[in-house]
Amino acid sequence: MSLATNNQAATPLQSVLGWLLRNHIWVFLALTVIVFSVSSPYFLTVNNIGNILTQGAFIGILAIGMTLVMIDGEIDLSVGAILALASALAIGLQDHMGVWPAVFLGLMSGAALGFVNGTLVALSGMHSFIVTLGGLIGIRGLVFVYSGENALMVPDFSYTEIPEIYFGPISLTAILFFALALFFQWVLSSTRHGRETYAVGDNIEAAHDAGINVKRHKIINFTICGTLAAVCGILLSMRLGTAEPNAGKIWELWTIIAVVLGGTRLQGGFGSMWMTIGGVLTLAVLRNGLRLLNTPNYVELMVMGGVLVMALVLDKLLNQKGDT
Amino acid sequence: MGQTINGLLRRHGLILAFLVFLGGVALNAEAFLTPGNILDVLRQVSITGMMALGVTFVVLTGRLDLSVGSMLTLLTVIVVDQHNIVGPFPAIVMTLLAGLAVGAINGLLVGFVKLNALIVTLAMLSFLQGLVLFYSGGSNVNVSNAQDTWFGVFGRGDFLGLPVPVVLFFVSAVIAGLVLQFTTFGRRVYGVGGNETASIFSGIDARWTVFWAYVVSGLTTGVAAVIMGSRVMGAQNTIGQGYELTVLAGVILGGTSLLGGSGSIWRTVIGISMLGFIQNGLLLLGFPYYVQWLVTWAVIIIAVWIDLGAKRGRIFA
Repeated sequence: MSLATNNQAATPLQSVLGWLLRNHIWVFLALTVIVFSVSSPYFLTVNNIGNILTQGAFIGILAIGMTLVMIDGEIDLSVGAILALASALAIGLQDHMGVWPAVFLGLMSGAALGFVNGTLVALSGMHSFIVTLGGLIGIRGLVFVYSGENALMVPDFSYTEIPEIYFGPISLTAILFFALALFFQWVLSSTRHGRETYAVGDNIEAAHDAGINVKRHKIINFTICGTLAAVCGILLSMRLGTAEPNAGKIWELWTIIAVVLGGTRLQGGFGSMWMTIGGVLTLAVLRNGLRLLNTPNYVELMVMGGVLVMALVLDKLLNQKGDT
Repeated sequence: MGQTINGLLRRHGLILAFLVFLGGVALNAEAFLTPGNILDVLRQVSITGMMALGVTFVVLTGRLDLSVGSMLTLLTVIVVDQHNIVGPFPAIVMTLLAGLAVGAINGLLVGFVKLNALIVTLAMLSFLQGLVLFYSGGSNVNVSNAQDTWFGVFGRGDFLGLPVPVVLFFVSAVIAGLVLQFTTFGRRVYGVGGNETASIFSGIDARWTVFWAYVVSGLTTGVAAVIMGSRVMGAQNTIGQGYELTVLAGVILGGTSLLGGSGSIWRTVIGISMLGFIQNGLLLLGFPYYVQWLVTWAVIIIAVWIDLGAKRGRIFA
């Protein structure tokens, strides 16, 4: 898997090098932070760091669920649409039942759609790419059926103050992201479900033969992914005070980019929340830093494409060395 | 007899269901099955259909191409903008060359560097969208002399009573189908998608096969961009956004397997046309346009599930 673990008698230098190679996303993150700190006086300020964390938290919460699904060897393309539906329900239902029941139902819509995705994948044996590609198209349809073509406005704007709690410069949204990431890192590394996630992603037949209920397992992870997408949608509705039917469009792509940037592999069986946090922060720092430097929008898009390919190449080089 | 009907339902259940749908809509909307409306649907379908032809090659090798939507935007912007600068014919040549070039880069990264196809083409999607904004400076482009140019023929013209884009689409589909069935390259595409290791051991250079599949995808997207630019006589910066998903949905709906090795051009033509007729039929029945997305969801799941169930002999995995 890596350079250092192969070599028991590693010198300190080798183990440091091995650690750096295994966690190349953090090295890359540190480099981008240094570059932007040097080139913009506004970058390394307490306020801006707080901004980056808040901005990153939205994709970050989606990325947590995506990481679980991707370690399973699956993918969920429908998270952007699920978040739009949750945000529409959380705002639209407030007139009928009050704030918290509406938020709860929004959350449940995400869980239910994640459950549907997972069940379809498990029962049909279809690739999750197809199932959730259908979901991406169809759930967006559900959003439009519910809210029409107009943005829904929150009836009482005190709703937008709910996440406006700060711990120093760090927002509640960012805290929530880190708390969820830590919790699911614990799930991955210290619970049976977590170990099964790696096993299923690594070799699904072996996992099945070892007595893991693969179907139930996948349904659980897709449900978690859908629920987290709903959490993201609700936080977004609180931040904006409106629910736009096109909210979250192509966010699934940014999410996949963040997770892959972190080093989690699409093939499954490998990855962690640490990596995903690294990927999410790198993405957020790049977007924020490029904007502070006043670069036009297209630079961001082009840099993102380039960085993504670089991450793949790097991962390939390191991985090939490690495997031999 | 019972066996044959059963087999027929399994193999062509999707098409039968589609025919039932067509009949149902036709009974409730008189305008649906008129020649004029059918040609309109086909005209709309020809752009996504054109792209889907190339994407079918890529999917048959077991890879994906998500970059075609952004590529369509970029190439449409190029063909429209260059039309004003160098004239229609050089603009078309440039567009097709640009499509080939983007396809070649995809093919290089996926085929030779062996990077994950989904991520590479996703990166390309982002990169090309950036390139569009860079090229156009964020503003929309229009053909300045729309009245007196022959460029409009690709999107708006008629040939023997048929819309030119439809003729282009069907001729290209026939060529693509023949290439897949009867050329060495076509057989290699199936070979690489069916079992890459086996194909390599039988002397196929999988790298070049994948490379050329992406080049074909770039070329068909180039042709689609020419049709698009000619039809709209202009291009917004987001004109192709989301097309990659519609195209993939059509390919999958036709029954071409994402794992590669199984599928065909005629299946893609059917799949993408079905999407077009479903969309048009629902609109004629008076549903809002977004209802088609719900129906597409259901149709994709049901169609692929039935297809998969028929192949393995039982419905549940």
